[in-house]
Amino acid sequence: MAKVLMKGNEALAEAAIQAGCRHYFGYPITPQNEVTAYMAKRMPEVGGVFLQAESEVSAINMVYGAGGAGARVMTSTSSPGLSLMQEGISYLAGAQVPCVIVNIMRGGPGLGDIQGAQGDYFQSTKGGGHGDYRLIVLAPSTIQEMADLVQEAFDIADEYRNPVVILGDGMLGQMMEPVDFENIQKRKRDIPEKTWATTGRGNREHRNIINSLYIDPPVLEKYNYQLFEKYAKAEKNEVRYEMINCEDADVILVAYGTIARVAKNVMNIARREGYKVGLIRPISLWPFPKEPFEKTVNTAKAYLTVEMSMGQMVEDVKLAVQFKKPVYFYGRPGGMIPEPSVMLEQIRKIAGGVK
Amino acid sequence: MAVVFQKTKGLTDTPFHYCPGCTHGIIHRLVAEVMEELDVLDKAIGVAPVGCAVFAYDYFSCDMQEAAHGRAPAVATGIKRVHPDKIVFTYQGDGDLAAIGTAEIVHAAARGENITVIFVNNANYGMTGGQMAPTTLIGQETLTTPYGRKAEVNGYPIRMSEMLSTLEGVAYIERVAVYDVKHVMQAKKAIKNAFLAQIQKKGFAMVEVLSSCPTNWGMTPVEALNWIKDHMEPYYPLGVYKNTLEEVK
Ligand SMILES: Cc1ncc(C[n+]2csc(CCOP(=O)(O)OP(=O)(O)O)c2C)c(N)n1
Ligand code: SF4
Ligand SMILES: [Mg+2]
Repeated sequence: MAKVLMKGNEALAEAAIQAGCRHYFGYPITPQNEVTAYMAKRMPEVGGVFLQAESEVSAINMVYGAGGAGARVMTSTSSPGLSLMQEGISYLAGAQVPCVIVNIMRGGPGLGDIQGAQGDYFQSTKGGGHGDYRLIVLAPSTIQEMADLVQEAFDIADEYRNPVVILGDGMLGQMMEPVDFENIQKRKRDIPEKTWATTGRGNREHRNIINSLYIDPPVLEKYNYQLFEKYAKAEKNEVRYEMINCEDADVILVAYGTIARVAKNVMNIARREGYKVGLIRPISLWPFPKEPFEKTVNTAKAYLTVEMSMGQMVEDVKLAVQFKKPVYFYGRPGGMIPEPSVMLEQIRKIAGGVK
Repeated sequence: MAVVFQKTKGLTDTPFHYCPGCTHGIIHRLVAEVMEELDVLDKAIGVAPVGCAVFAYDYFSCDMQEAAHGRAPAVATGIKRVHPDKIVFTYQGDGDLAAIGTAEIVHAAARGENITVIFVNNANYGMTGGQMAPTTLIGQETLTTPYGRKAEVNGYPIRMSEMLSTLEGVAYIERVAVYDVKHVMQAKKAIKNAFLAQIQKKGFAMVEVLSSCPTNWGMTPVEALNWIKDHMEPYYPLGVYKNTLEEVK
């Protein structure tokens, strides 16, 4: 099989199946409906399980049961559905159940609209559910990268015993691009056996229990510290980003996902106009890549963060830059796409005529 | 000396935390004995609720998962779809099953999910100190119905067994009580049938057990048992509501 032309939503579903995912639980919502439809058709072909749940609340708890029972399991949804899943996600993180959760974001708040947007950055990277926990959040910007990252996500989830979120948006879900499933880019990992899974005791001496209740505060504290050791390991090993033309850049664009593609074009146009512009594209939104900012903060004059929201990732950019250089922001909410011409104008203004 | 009685292998040695006179303990024992007798302990996976039985995972000697409040049927669905040949059960209170988890139980039943549900109806929220449950009787005083439950304000208590038994996917539903020996024996038979339904792959099975909460009802254990008989049973009639088992033993 050479490259195939596929919609983002279908490519991510196929990537999951090729990663060994055999259990999918979901509830229809635009703009991710192609994932549920694809899974409904494909899962029976590979001997897997597709189940349409009665709500996202149920879907995420089915994920908990299946993941806790040792399966490679996935769910997908869009923004309002992810809100409903937050309780379950907190339990998944608390009980250390591996799974992959896909959020194909749309405009909000509330029912919002069904255009692609990036308003769920805070929700995905800063919790969303209750309690002290972290999710590993990966944001592809092409459909090939979506396929690559979905496969990697299952491995990361299993290695860390933690939910991994794929954060895309409606545009990425709906657009078509060629995908090569034979040359998936992913790291080699030591994935431990799931000796903790509730598979029925069988001949096992001990019982396996999937649980996040530790009623004794010192015991819970210790458990939280253990979780954070795991998160610290992820912060060390799971940072991903792309950096283009940053060595000599005066102005560095910062963008993730779909809008990073627009930002890349704008960077090229600005370069042709003579402006020294670079691009930092975070791929892991948590752990957030601080490294590219540490590398550039002494040489760059300023950063311009572009998002399909009123500004969420920009706060992490500011934390990474630590007020050593100005961080500007341009974004549009509601599923509207930030204009390349406005980005260019801002670059010219920030560069202040310095070419 | 010959051993005439032994604690079931279905329970661990962890002492129950239940209040004196609470019948959660009896129900645990019945479930554990049934699993031992059916020889399914090594392939059973249970789901504990949020409620007084939240520590059920410490008591049953099989693999267990602890679910969020009300979500046990969805969690059990996930487990059963991964391990269709294992025995999966939930143990849930009336707040868990009939309030916050109504959607999950109705749809698990409607799908004919091949699981066994033990539903402990004690007409209140035991764990949080005795608030109104969907099953609280009209006139019953609780923390949140200090003047007694009023139909005009709170509506009427839900009869879950009756409601769920209308669903096509349901294989077995029985309501039982555990206020005396005779009823305990009947409850055990019902629980066994509910596991047999799963073994025979018949579909969804549930046993509703009328259970005491002397602590929050403000009664002695004996008064509480009598209250079940005199007040709960008339509103929640005991009996088999659905049975598609091949051979009821
Ligand atoms: C989402 C959520 N809401 C509320 C609670 C608090 N809570 C814990 S147990 C419980 C009620 C349990 O009552 P029931 O299911 O009848 O079980 P019982 O204790 O009576 O056996 C409530 C409301 C919770 N843990 N989670
Ligand atoms: S509060 Fe009620 S239900 Fe809970 S353990 Fe005590 S008596 Fe039993
Ligand atoms: Mg109760």
